[in-house]
Amino acid sequence: MTATEFAIISSIKVVVVVLAVLTGCAYATWLERKLVGHFQHRIGPNLAGPFGLLQPIADAIKLIFKEDIVPDNAERVTYALAPILMFIPAMLNFAVVPFGDTVTLFGHKIDMVVSDLNIGILFVFAVTSLGVYGIVLAGWSSGSKYSLLGGIRSSAQMISYEVAYGLSIMGVLVIAQTFSLNELVAQQASVWHWFIFRQPVGFVIYVICAIAETNRSPFDLPEAESELVAGYHTEYSSMRFAMFYIGEYANMISVSCVATTLFLGGWQGPFLPPVVWFVIKVIFFMSVYIWIRATLPRLRYDQLMYLGWKVLFPLALLNVMVTSLIVLL
Amino acid sequence: MELIIFYLAAVVAVGGGLMMIMQRNPVASVLYLIVTLVAIAVMFVQLNAVFVGALLIIVYAGAILVLFLFVIMLLNLRGEKFAEKRTRLDRPTRIILAVAFILELLAMFKQVAFPGRMDELMVQASPDFGGARPVAELLYTKYLFPFELTSILLLVAIVGAVVMARRDEKDKKRGI
Repeated sequence: MTATEFAIISSIKVVVVVLAVLTGCAYATWLERKLVGHFQHRIGPNLAGPFGLLQPIADAIKLIFKEDIVPDNAERVTYALAPILMFIPAMLNFAVVPFGDTVTLFGHKIDMVVSDLNIGILFVFAVTSLGVYGIVLAGWSSGSKYSLLGGIRSSAQMISYEVAYGLSIMGVLVIAQTFSLNELVAQQASVWHWFIFRQPVGFVIYVICAIAETNRSPFDLPEAESELVAGYHTEYSSMRFAMFYIGEYANMISVSCVATTLFLGGWQGPFLPPVVWFVIKVIFFMSVYIWIRATLPRLRYDQLMYLGWKVLFPLALLNVMVTSLIVLL
Repeated sequence: MELIIFYLAAVVAVGGGLMMIMQRNPVASVLYLIVTLVAIAVMFVQLNAVFVGALLIIVYAGAILVLFLFVIMLLNLRGEKFAEKRTRLDRPTRIILAVAFILELLAMFKQVAFPGRMDELMVQASPDFGGARPVAELLYTKYLFPFELTSILLLVAIVGAVVMARRDEKDKKRGI
């Protein structure tokens, strides 16, 4: 492959992935409203298009036409920067996720991954850890007490859960002996080799921490509406608010993608093409996310910290130790 | 192409460092420090030490600087205030530090600036230099003792912080 070919193919891949993720985010909101609606014996959005399928588009148009409000005592530069700092890391995650097997298109061999880094999983964690800045800075720069409290809560929560989050996948990495996401998928060729069966404890810890990391219910204290209005994005409106919203859903999707790749065998599966399998698994994971949101009440702050530091963290450490011992023997 | 990226990263790193110390606003300083760190991580990646680059981002940009920001937010530092405090020792300390720094820089330049000296100094690194395995091997063999010492130091610091932050029995009774 020549340099120009590489540049062209990579650019196309980037455009396709970004568009797919943005569409995915839009329809994740639709899925959430629909599912939560049914969980609560309602119908959910059903007026815009068949099954309310055009609802996300209507929402987007509405948000674009809203007025962009900047509070008087906001720190202007940081205030403008925060949504971007939330949005970009969320999108960057998808650069290393393998969506499918290598396919041949117009005589070119194309990997279904934007960039096959050999430290893929570390890249994901590095980028995820940068995502907290958007939230912290949004809370700090808005010049509002609700935003500030939301921002502080969120940063404390994300720092606390990042430790257990990182440790929860160590078991998988110890078994697989690689950081490359492609290689991890390749090692899960048959269902019995899926890491969910070899690392059940790691999987459970990963899912809990992932929900906390993405600030989703029942860990959505940073935006607890009964106490903090809407938390760190209280003062944001229009497209800036939309960027936070898209960022949150993109984070959910990327966490689901990583869970699929690490624990559920990635794009591996019988009969159907790999990409379809991948999408099915991600949608399954998103549904679990929404299901949990519709079922569980919000935790208290001290319960949250207790769970993170005194339950998940020791459990994750123990899991790494036991796994390493077994691998070593 | 590699050279362009290197120079870009170098300019961003140095510029970010300068901006960091020239800001009055502590939050802006932290942000410029993050920019510098990311630029340095890019350089590590260019040197093929991808693992070190990723660790730099995860540990420093992702954890330590978030704590910096956290503290700044909790204390609600909005600049200006703490720039004015000067003591009598300030000026001499500054001069001594500046001179020491300039001498260090000169020594560095002397090392690398002469033609041909550069090739002498540069050692051919093994292809997996800076990967997970070589870093771990060094850490757990050659540098095991300093590594463990550092962890003990950190443990002592954590215990110290907890002891200092612990509430008195009196406060507990009053339910604060």
